[in-house]
Amino acid sequence: MLYCKSSIMNPIVLESVQLSRALDGPNGRKSLLSDISFRLERGQVLVVLGPSGAGKSTLLRLLNRLDEPTGGQVLLDGRNYLEIDPRELRRRVGMVMQRAYLFPGTAAMNIGYGPAQHGMALTDAQIGELLEQVGMQGYADRNVATLSGGEAQRISIARALANGPEVLLLDEPTSALDDASKQGVERLLATIVRERHATCVWVTHDVAQAARVADLVLRVEAGAAVALGTPQELLHA
Amino acid sequence: MLRLLFHTQLSLGLAQAATVAVTAMIVAWFATRRGAAIGREIPFALLRGLIQILLIGVLLALLLRGPWWTSIPLLLVMIFTAASIVRRRVPELPRAYSLSLLCMCAGAGGVIAFMTLFGIIDPKITMLIPVGSMVIAQNMNIQSLFLNRFLGELRSHRGEIESALALGASPEHAAAPYLRAAFHASLIPATDNLRSLGIVWIPGIMAGMVLSGSSPVYAALYQFVVLAMIFTAGGLSCLTATYLAPRRVFTPYQQLRQLG
Ligand SMILES: Nc1ncnc2c1ncn2[C@@H]1O[C@H](COP(=O)(O)OP(=O)(O)O)[C@@H](O)[C@H]1O
Ligand SMILES: [Mg+2]
Repeated sequence: MLYCKSSIMNPIVLESVQLSRALDGPNGRKSLLSDISFRLERGQVLVVLGPSGAGKSTLLRLLNRLDEPTGGQVLLDGRNYLEIDPRELRRRVGMVMQRAYLFPGTAAMNIGYGPAQHGMALTDAQIGELLEQVGMQGYADRNVATLSGGEAQRISIARALANGPEVLLLDEPTSALDDASKQGVERLLATIVRERHATCVWVTHDVAQAARVADLVLRVEAGAAVALGTPQELLHA
Repeated sequence: MLRLLFHTQLSLGLAQAATVAVTAMIVAWFATRRGAAIGREIPFALLRGLIQILLIGVLLALLLRGPWWTSIPLLLVMIFTAASIVRRRVPELPRAYSLSLLCMCAGAGGVIAFMTLFGIIDPKITMLIPVGSMVIAQNMNIQSLFLNRFLGELRSHRGEIESALALGASPEHAAAPYLRAAFHASLIPATDNLRSLGIVWIPGIMAGMVLSGSSPVYAALYQFVVLAMIFTAGGLSCLTATYLAPRRVFTPYQQLRQLG
């Protein structure tokens, strides 16, 4: 309900306008992604589908500016994102990658990493709450080197949530997990996304899961958008 | 044995050099057969080293009577050359030449200037050139080790670094653990040299000074002085690198560059 006021003023949280990235290689210019456009309202979930190498990760890395766009633009809350300091942008546009990439130390230290980057310390209660959200109560003091793949990925999700991002980017967050933990993490993410009304760009292979959470579906092939529409249009055809 | 065959100092020296070169090439040949790519570089490195040191010997003989300050341009040439050698070890690092040049000017350059000013190095060519070159050469090795290790760490921890950036970390903060690892690794050999000094290792300069008539105790002290200078210069240059290197591997928009 907190969202209502600002969503009247500006319902579009994230907008991508002909976003493109090309690289100068030894064999001339190579396009990794071209002319991707979409608009996401607050609380909407965009599911991105496409074969391996299609440019899905490239798209997400452009959205939090881990890679530099070579064309088009991104608007965050109506503002050209090139004008936002990259560190602030990345706090506001959180990301969960294919693998957890936890920092050596405890789970609590990992979860507190983001807030610590702008001089904020999470309380034990806040850390406990984040751990609970990802189903990892009581793991605060665990050394992350002793976690399983699924547990580590849950901590990395809590770590991304700790920044309180306005937009969440999920890059095949379960594709590196074994089948047993895959389902659990996938379901956890769906719950978080729904409960938080998170604005979310979610790259996944799980079409059934996509159908449950998506407001919009974007199909990417060979660096180009081949379809953008509702899950009814694109997933039940 | 060689002494029986060669009677002038020059011919004896050449014969000795040829013998060790052949031995080194045999080792290099075996190394190549075992798949170490560096084996191929060794014959050229040996030949290049021999020619260079001979030229310097001749040059020194000519310069010994010159004024002390002629050693300044010579030392500068050494630092510039060392920087280009470091760059060749890390071709994937953008602007590696200016980086290593700045770092070694701060390290070797700073230490040589400071020590000369305070009379720890005699401002004479016969002192400045050999001592200075030792400090510069070791600084070059330390700098190479540092950058090599740093780039290796960046390549193998790209995921962790980009995760840190994605959480709003500054590039310097995201790279800090890997700068620390590189700093530590690059100073291990110099530290081990200090630790083993005199027990495992009696370095050349001490032998040289004793041969040329200095008291063995002074020679020993001075050897310590040189090693401590090498350590200080290496530490200073790597410290400088910890400030300058992040700017070479991240873009102005705080993205980790593609390295190699
Ligand atoms: N830094 C890079 N340099 C060159 N090519 C790249 C780079 N990053 C990604 N690519 C290429 O871009 C294409 C899209 O990659 P990616 O976005 O990772 O695909 P996906 O996530 O859909 O599997 C691939 O062909 C990949 O090889
Ligand atoms: Mg991908």
